[in-house]
Amino acid sequence: MTFATPPTDDRAFVVQLAEFSGPLDLLLTLIRDQEIDITDIPIARIADQFVAAIHQLGLNQAADYLEMAARLLRIKVQMLLPRRFDDEAWEDPRAELVRRLLEYEQIREIVGWLVDRATLRADRFARGWAPEAPERPAAPLVLDLASLLHAVDDVLRGMPQPMLHRVVARPLDVEGATRRIEGLLAERERFDLREAFGEAPTIADVISTLLAILELARLGRVHLAQQSPFSPVDVNRGPVEQAA
Amino acid sequence: MDRLSRLLEAALFAASRPVTLDELRRLDPEASEGELRAALTALRLRYDEGGHGIELAELADGWQVLTRPELADALAQAQLVDRPRRLSTAAMETLALIAYRQPVGRSEIEEVRGVAADGVLRLLQDRGLVAVVGRGEGLGRPLLYGTTPLFLELLGLKSLQDLPRVDELAVALTPLAPESIEGA
Repeated sequence: MTFATPPTDDRAFVVQLAEFSGPLDLLLTLIRDQEIDITDIPIARIADQFVAAIHQLGLNQAADYLEMAARLLRIKVQMLLPRRFDDEAWEDPRAELVRRLLEYEQIREIVGWLVDRATLRADRFARGWAPEAPERPAAPLVLDLASLLHAVDDVLRGMPQPMLHRVVARPLDVEGATRRIEGLLAERERFDLREAFGEAPTIADVISTLLAILELARLGRVHLAQQSPFSPVDVNRGPVEQAA
Repeated sequence: MDRLSRLLEAALFAASRPVTLDELRRLDPEASEGELRAALTALRLRYDEGGHGIELAELADGWQVLTRPELADALAQAQLVDRPRRLSTAAMETLALIAYRQPVGRSEIEEVRGVAADGVLRLLQDRGLVAVVGRGEGLGRPLLYGTTPLFLELLGLKSLQDLPRVDELAVALTPLAPESIEGA
């Protein structure tokens, strides 16, 4: 906690409430930091400091603190009531508060002990503390237009007649491409995607093959792997149990 | 090492929590408790004196193999281990109260701490440090809370007897008056 002004000026005794775990914590800190005898609390002064401190609080948070403030003010009033010097039946209205403060202070002491123990124990790891290896995020695909065009160009170069604008009467032949891929897979465990395009492929062949390979991959009949953007796509049979 | 020590070492290595003496006894029903304890002590000395990275700790009514504290920073730095998250002061205060007064109800916790306790109680239950251990006799039969073996494990305590006695604390006060226990 921090003091905005020296603690000599009672009314400006400012504390950071967020650091307190409750009204007793605040009250005890006010008392201990000013080295006040807990059995003889100057209740008027402490009550004023307490009320000043909780002015910083929002209403929701303040409920517990307001209750304590009311309690302090009541004790303050009780202390003001006139009494005779030799009144033996007089009970110090602060007694209950002192008991609670001492009780709370004891809890604080225990907490200190528990935290020390927990800190010592936290340096010794049992089995099973190893965290799961963090899942690697997929590498972000960084593309620019030039490399994309270059990739398209690579595909087109394999075609004798890269005519992009001609309307093709022939529909896509996905079934044919599927058969071609399955044939390759029967021969070999893995091959380059470009081999599946067939000899002298047309645009329709390339698209058909692409659709076929995606469908086969969806069905789990082939596995696709690519080391990096635009590198050759490896088509393979996948795990052994699939091929068996 | 003899067979019993090897068995104990294997069991403690494989276990992910402290293993009690009763559980260890199942490894060799013919071994006496004295023999078991002797073998455990021998194993502990072996780890302590043999320059090992692990030690045999007695905690939470059982035995557990733990890494040595002096290696903690290196392990954490390599991200091979996770340090348990620290609890807030409010949670520690509530935990301290439950540890000393269990079985204890919510209203007594709130009375001592002067703040509402339901959020903190839920957190401690979620973390497995406290559990409902019964119901009080009072109005509405309030739930009573107590600490779990995990509480002992995370503090490295053998049992609740390891907690400092109230009369050993600097703030001497006997809060364990029978009437203060909820519903009693």
